[in-house]
Amino acid sequence: MPVNKQAIGKSYEPLVYAVGREKIREYARAVGETNPVHLDVEAARAAGYADVVAPPMFAVVYSAPAVGPPIFDPELELNFAMMVHGGQEFEWGPPVVAGDEITTTVSVKDISEDEDRGYYVFESLSTNQRGEQVCRGTWTQIVRGV
Amino acid sequence: MPELNEGGQIPELRVTPDKYLTVRYAGASGDFNPIHIDEDFAKAVGLPGRILHGLWTMAQVARAQTEAAGGPEHLKRLSVQFRGMGVPEQEVLVTGTVRERRDGRVIVDTVAEQGEKRIIRNAEAELEL
Repeated sequence: MPVNKQAIGKSYEPLVYAVGREKIREYARAVGETNPVHLDVEAARAAGYADVVAPPMFAVVYSAPAVGPPIFDPELELNFAMMVHGGQEFEWGPPVVAGDEITTTVSVKDISEDEDRGYYVFESLSTNQRGEQVCRGTWTQIVRGV
Repeated sequence: MPELNEGGQIPELRVTPDKYLTVRYAGASGDFNPIHIDEDFAKAVGLPGRILHGLWTMAQVARAQTEAAGGPEHLKRLSVQFRGMGVPEQEVLVTGTVRERRDGRVIVDTVAEQGEKRIIRNAEAELEL
């Protein structure tokens, strides 16, 4: 069955994420960060930041919730049970710190197939409360057995 | 801080995810897919057992770069492909080689392995120094 490519270019409602200090610390500990700018407010301020700094991969926390609606959009006919995360790219702008509000908009960048696999590529654009782009994510999901 | 010249290696990063790491990472990241936290569920869907979150492993690859470069602000881009499956309680090793250095921009080819298995490959990091 060929994949449905109708949704290429479709974009979804923006999602706002409020970045909390304890969430950054919880995430930093879970991924083994030891740099005090992620854990200690005084260390972060001494390094010139307004508050504790999100590790770059914290982008997952503020942007992944916005990738859910397209994955489950019936128009895409994406078989979630057969989906594996094939690839990921993040490109970062200015650092994210506790207290920031991040707005993420996701769009369907590409849908293709190769033999029995469907490739669904989503793009997330995340901006902070000053309108600066803090992260661009490219999420490649592979669906087996299309 | 290493020089990060063309052909050089970034310092390797070794980390062993403990038995409950996937539970802590699920809570921290919001990814509660049961293949990462429920041994019985994972086996029922044909996996050897609970597997690591690919994005946790990607965070280890990111950490190897930010530690090599001297802080989180230096990592400008990271692109990875997930292959194989990582498992808890086995050491993850991240290594990287500087492919190119030009005008303060450094491109690192990097990989994450568990034993003989490459769990992240074709990864490319861009650092600004």
